[in-house]
Amino acid sequence: MTDPAGLSVAGEVERGGFRLALEFAVAPGEVLGVLGPNGAGKTTLLRTLAGLNALRRGRISLAGAVLDDPGRQLFVPAEHRPVGLVFQNYRLFPHLSVRDNVAFSARARGAGRHGARRHADIWLDRLGLAELAGRKPAQLSGGQAQRVALARTLAAEPGLLLLDEPLAALDARTRLEVRAELRRHLGAFGGPSLVVTHDPLEAMVLTDRLLVIEDGRVVQQGAPAEVARRPASQYVARLVGLNLYPGTLGPDGAVALDQAAGGGVLHAAGGAAGAGGAAEAGGAAGAGGAAGRVLLALRPSAIALHTERPRAASPRNVWPGTVTGVELLTDRVRVQVAGSPPALVDVTPDAVAELDLAAGSAVWLSAKATEIECYPDPR
Amino acid sequence: MRPDAGPPGRAGTEQRDSAGRRDAPAGRGVPPALAVPAALGFCFLLVPLLALLVRAPWHGLPGLLTDPVALTALRLSLVCATAATAVSLVLGVPLAWVLARARFPGLAVLRALVTVPLVLPPVVGGLALLLAFGRNGILGRYLDAWFGVTLPFSTAGVVVAETFVAMPFLVVAVEGALRSADRDLEEAAATLGARRLAVFVRVTLPLVAPSVLAGAVLCWARALGEFGATITFAGNNPGTTQTMPLTIYDQLQTDPEPAIALSLVLLLAAAAVLGLLRDRWLRPGGVT
Repeated sequence: MTDPAGLSVAGEVERGGFRLALEFAVAPGEVLGVLGPNGAGKTTLLRTLAGLNALRRGRISLAGAVLDDPGRQLFVPAEHRPVGLVFQNYRLFPHLSVRDNVAFSARARGAGRHGARRHADIWLDRLGLAELAGRKPAQLSGGQAQRVALARTLAAEPGLLLLDEPLAALDARTRLEVRAELRRHLGAFGGPSLVVTHDPLEAMVLTDRLLVIEDGRVVQQGAPAEVARRPASQYVARLVGLNLYPGTLGPDGAVALDQAAGGGVLHAAGGAAGAGGAAEAGGAAGAGGAAGRVLLALRPSAIALHTERPRAASPRNVWPGTVTGVELLTDRVRVQVAGSPPALVDVTPDAVAELDLAAGSAVWLSAKATEIECYPDPR
Repeated sequence: MRPDAGPPGRAGTEQRDSAGRRDAPAGRGVPPALAVPAALGFCFLLVPLLALLVRAPWHGLPGLLTDPVALTALRLSLVCATAATAVSLVLGVPLAWVLARARFPGLAVLRALVTVPLVLPPVVGGLALLLAFGRNGILGRYLDAWFGVTLPFSTAGVVVAETFVAMPFLVVAVEGALRSADRDLEEAAATLGARRLAVFVRVTLPLVAPSVLAGAVLCWARALGEFGATITFAGNNPGTTQTMPLTIYDQLQTDPEPAIALSLVLLLAAAAVLGLLRDRWLRPGGVT
């Protein structure tokens, strides 16, 4: 799976007692999203690729050239790596104009002032920044500064492009605009690129593949849509707004949910077929998980609430619960329900009135087996 | 020194009142036990300067300052202080960088040694310079034998003495600025392909430029007023080594008026330096 022309990483970084273990590859032209909670090691990963941190063990290679291999005493420092890093807070040079910021890498590598500025102008044009060329960074808006930072990095013509939370510092409207642009520039960039984010939407729009990091290790890899549909961790499930239940698949196709997660039993339609494979595969080809360990993902809008136990037989999953919170989202109401298992349920504002829902209300929950996504727990 | 600070009894009540409120103004009135010595201290610092102004020979001032002896001393002082500042910049800024950024055993000792001239009596500094660079000094004898260079009792010797005393001011100011400078920007420069020297020249130096300037001004002012090391190492020859402070001392033996006039010039220079550094010094927390 490792494309010699792309980026390949396998190894460990240690930083102040924190340990990050990684193994992945990125093909030329591919955009890998790195998703994870704060402190998961995302920024450490980018710094390691850029040469600002060193690997403890393992190897990083880019386009066939080894950048870091502690086993062979090999470490290419940041200034000699063909790696461009757009920092989260941009880090534009405050004493230089926009043009000279973008011309910086050419100047630093020995180009004359005029040559470097001509080269910078090409990139300023390309990113629509020509009018800002004479300004100082302090005179830029957040969106403009982000573009200048990207132009400065691209002007260095790196072989690997790294973006650390490129949109995090922007307001909502600018974010939308810059995101579309960024997608375009990432598409035009020929080498492998990595985008660190903790915004699932950003990840969906910008990236071809996702790497989910938690507590210093990779917990999931896959296409963004696949990760969103079948999250492997509570962190991702919360981000994409799914109820996620770890449990053990029994021989009858019922899944006994972990007591730690609230307990209970759920039936998934695909369970017997889809995850049944996992149960059988258990020890042999199972995805690293223990025998029969599965995850169930359930959309909040796929759960119905009732004041009395529903009589209709069609939903196979029915359980009682107590409302612990009601929160108005833009067009629907999110209800927190304690029970076995607990759940987030999305209902219409009408339903809230009709069911007279408030904290403390006793309710019944029901969910069709066909709505429950059941898949092997990769852990 | 608020006159309405009130009797001690009342102040005690106020303290109790404000104990529970964290946002109560901290300094309501100055206790007399602090106000009196503070006022005395202030006067003690101010009165001599006032005396200088009061007793200045204002009428004869133009004549006194255009006197050849005064003019020569003035020119020599400016030239030597400026040269000493230039040497301090060339040697001191890289030294500050090493002290702030390098990591090697003994760095702490080195850092302490650099500040020794700040607290060393200048006359001791002059003597030390003599033992190092004098005609029979441990280095001076080779300078003399191989290059025919004799530093003591020459104008170059004045520059050496002033640099020795004044350079630590620059080093300390720049080192502090380098320590608190934004390392993030240096990292950004490295990822853009800049080697360490390029990072220093293109990013670090421009960012600490205000501190370098402040350090240079301070260094220049210290060099301008240098007396002890200069007279010990370079002597007191009018025209070659007799700078303004030395001239003032000399003139005072015979006729105080020219001495006062030259002192006014140095006072003016000091005021100008304070004006230049105002933003950094008079603003709370402005100095590193």
